Amino acid sequence: MPAISIAKAPQPASTDPAQIRNFAIIAHIDHGKSTLADRMLGITEVVDPRNMREQYLDRMDIERERGITIKSQAVRLPWRSGIDGKEYILNMIDTPGHVDFTYEVSRSLAASEGAILLVDCAQGIEAQTLANLYLAMENNLKIIPVLNKIDLPAAQPEKFAAELAKLIGCEPSDCLLVSGKTGAGVPELLDQIIAQIPPPQGDPNAPARALIFDSVYDVYRGVVTYVRVVDGHLTARDQIQMFSTGVRHEMLEVGVISPEPLPSKGLGVGEVGYLITGVKDVRQSRVGDTVTNYNNPTKTPLAGYKDPKPMVFSGLYPLDGADYPLLREALDKLQLNDAALVYEPESSAALGFGFRCGFLGLLHMEIVRERLERESKLSLISTAPNVVYKVKLDDGKDVIVTNPSEFPTGKIMSVEEPIVRSTILAPSEFIGAIMELCQQRRGVLLGMDYLSEDRVEIRYTLPLAEIVFDFFDKLKSSTRGYASLDYEAIGDAEGDLVKVDILLQGEAVDAFSAIVHRDKAYAYGLMMTAKLHALIPRQQFEVPIQAAIGSRIIARENIRAIRKDVLAKCYGGDISRKRKLLEKQKEGKKRMKMVGRVEVPQEAFVAALATDADIDKAKAARK
Amino acid sequence: MAAIQSDDISFYVHIPYCVKRCGYCDFNTYTPSELREGGTLETVSFDYIDAVLRELEIAHLEAPGAVPTIFFGGGTPSLLPARDLGRVISAIEERWDLSPACEITLEANPDTVDAQKLKELREVGFNRISFGMQSAVPHVLKILDRTHNPESIARVVQEARDAGFESVSLDLIYGTPGESLEDWKTSVESALSLGVDHLSAYALIVETGTKLAAQIKRGDLSMPNDDLMADMYLLVDEMCEASGLSWYELSNWAKSGHESRHNVAYWKNANWWGLGPGAHSHLNGIRWWNVKHPNAYKNALINSQSPVQERETLTPQQVSDEKAMLSIRMNYGILLSDLTVEQISRVEGYRESGHLDKSRWSEGSLQLTPQGRLIADRIVRELVV
Repeated sequence: MPAISIAKAPQPASTDPAQIRNFAIIAHIDHGKSTLADRMLGITEVVDPRNMREQYLDRMDIERERGITIKSQAVRLPWRSGIDGKEYILNMIDTPGHVDFTYEVSRSLAASEGAILLVDCAQGIEAQTLANLYLAMENNLKIIPVLNKIDLPAAQPEKFAAELAKLIGCEPSDCLLVSGKTGAGVPELLDQIIAQIPPPQGDPNAPARALIFDSVYDVYRGVVTYVRVVDGHLTARDQIQMFSTGVRHEMLEVGVISPEPLPSKGLGVGEVGYLITGVKDVRQSRVGDTVTNYNNPTKTPLAGYKDPKPMVFSGLYPLDGADYPLLREALDKLQLNDAALVYEPESSAALGFGFRCGFLGLLHMEIVRERLERESKLSLISTAPNVVYKVKLDDGKDVIVTNPSEFPTGKIMSVEEPIVRSTILAPSEFIGAIMELCQQRRGVLLGMDYLSEDRVEIRYTLPLAEIVFDFFDKLKSSTRGYASLDYEAIGDAEGDLVKVDILLQGEAVDAFSAIVHRDKAYAYGLMMTAKLHALIPRQQFEVPIQAAIGSRIIARENIRAIRKDVLAKCYGGDISRKRKLLEKQKEGKKRMKMVGRVEVPQEAFVAALATDADIDKAKAARK
Repeated sequence: MAAIQSDDISFYVHIPYCVKRCGYCDFNTYTPSELREGGTLETVSFDYIDAVLRELEIAHLEAPGAVPTIFFGGGTPSLLPARDLGRVISAIEERWDLSPACEITLEANPDTVDAQKLKELREVGFNRISFGMQSAVPHVLKILDRTHNPESIARVVQEARDAGFESVSLDLIYGTPGESLEDWKTSVESALSLGVDHLSAYALIVETGTKLAAQIKRGDLSMPNDDLMADMYLLVDEMCEASGLSWYELSNWAKSGHESRHNVAYWKNANWWGLGPGAHSHLNGIRWWNVKHPNAYKNALINSQSPVQERETLTPQQVSDEKAMLSIRMNYGILLSDLTVEQISRVEGYRESGHLDKSRWSEGSLQLTPQGRLIADRIVRELVV
């Protein structure tokens, strides 16, 4: 049996680095990474078959439901090689597959010597996987190409092996064929990891240096810090020090994940595990920092990571104004686990008190919102997402705008917006549809390459603002779901951008203002005025709804004054019923938002700010 | 503001029977055969009045005092023989102090009365009669499921006068699917030409569960349009005023002295006792209502049990909300001195927009203009927040 029981396997802190292999898995959502990971846990027998469940390593409800991984995981797997018969320790570092979490991927890669490039052999490689593959190659990781789901009838292993070989520069025959579902090829894959990926190198006698590649807040334990030891060793009850802050911490526990936390005596060179120091805030145990020994500190830190910068901003407001303190608490709690989330209080005349939040991307935004609603039972309104604009005024002053309502009103010299380089992979039959969409979104074609006979890689530069709203939904729907997208920020560029305000009875509603390209201002104005016309009930007086650029009106609708709002009959038996209705309406009135003198139901805000995809989702949820 | 304390007690008598149910009606009413297999009106009527008389015994213990008004509504009270209805009036007369000026009203369907019956009704004590005319236009009556011939209204009004009724009223409905402003004008003209003392005009409410609601849902008929109904309301108000009937409650107009005193008692939150299944009562800040089904009602009383389904004791807040809700519908309106500064500031805009009468405001009251009455519920919401 190639599996080794944990008790008999080489123990943490006393495992020879030559017996260790650290690897990451690079894969797209749906390409079977979690299933393969489940299979590895089973075959190496670290999880008892009775305790096995699907997507074992995905801990959050959202991760399981959506089938995505948000946080990294590192699991210690003992394995006896089928090639040389020796015992090894494999540390599998599970990584998220989505573009928004590229920064998480880069951390996992920095903790590994090799990576499995896992591709669904019925679909081929996806844009985000390609981006992560390049990242791994830049980090000089040994890449093992693996085609998954060979059990599927639609599998085309030859075609996609050729594709991978071309991308990596290997032979198609170097691609391993596995099925996470049946387990076929998985023991051979474990053997190849041992054979191909180099063992970690490090100086066991040097002062301790360990890289923090993740930091997770746990309600019971406080912050759990995931580290990869490079030099020296960390021992339980050591005093450790964070290099960047110089702060000393008591080490309360050290251990490995197997895949439940397993305390150990320590961690040696090349080992991957966790530390618990009792700190309560992940910012005190920052990802990318170097952990060293307080009594024998290192002088040179490990190369860390770039701090992820928020790219997309949106206002989050509680539907019920009284929930504002709850929202603050929920955000504080979420930030314990998500250093990439930034927020600051803001207030909107229309929506009351809330927070302007910065996210890494759209998925990050969606997940944060979903977690706030789910874990803290909040109902939220989010404003339309926007990017960061740099506005240069005539007087030479620069203004950074993260909220359209802050767009300066004075004379503007120029406005710069973030630009991304995007990569789209799709079957070649959709080239026309994709190019049309990108043109509409102010894209500039950079180039196009055929990955195989019928699959292309199309590269465009696009303003980020054009993809934050509903680009991905549109891309998916115009390619029958086949296209995949990846993007990276490449800087800012000047654009002919204007702020469109939406006015109710002459008063601008901050929540509806948007910064758009001048050519699209009219369409935005028409769309919003028509939406609001349908959503706002008739009032005591006529309510004009206008869209304006500065003082110039570009679109207008009128809500006519209400003429009848009375029940004609009110006799003895009607009085109780009518009073009860009035009491109910009193409550309803409290949920109305006043915009000047206009009463706007909250549902109107929610609906006006929603994308088509949101509306479909809401409909589906009601079913 | 406490509920009005008074010894007066008005009576409402519910007669829950109809020959057939009209398409728009969601009232608590039944056809005799729905209540008893093979039942006829005569057989159910007598038993029913027995039960009402039993409830009167309870009322006498709890609410002695003078009786200013009695009102028989339904259902179709005019379906019952005059002598059965008269048993109730006599029973009240026996136990309570009934002034000669007591207003005793009967709601009547024009199909169910003739000169002889009207004479009998007058003899048992009725002095006011209100006919359900609804419309003078055949295609509108048809949608409403009303069976009477429009011409018969003139006849029954004249016969009621001849029988000696002191006050004659007509009910109209506007906003029926398919009814034009011109149709409505025809109906109002027709009603006013008869020289009646009182007119009620109700906007049609499409109640869920009615045949009409189902027809609209299926798309056979279209929902009445609010703007058209507003025009219809303004028209009836203008025509009534021009014929000497003054507006006194949202949906009611009368010659001076012919206002329905019974209904005014409701709107002033006076005390009244509702007899019969589903009937509501109000006594010094307590409201209750009886079980809804006639058979359940009869059984309770036969077994010497209370027919009350539920009671509520109004909180001071509820009393004040009700007062605002009811007073705003009346021609006397609400005294500004009864409102807080904050309430006044919330409704001032309605004065500027022409929904509140400016000259009455300067005299110290909030009174709705015809346009204001059309949005009375909205203005009340501002007052009770």
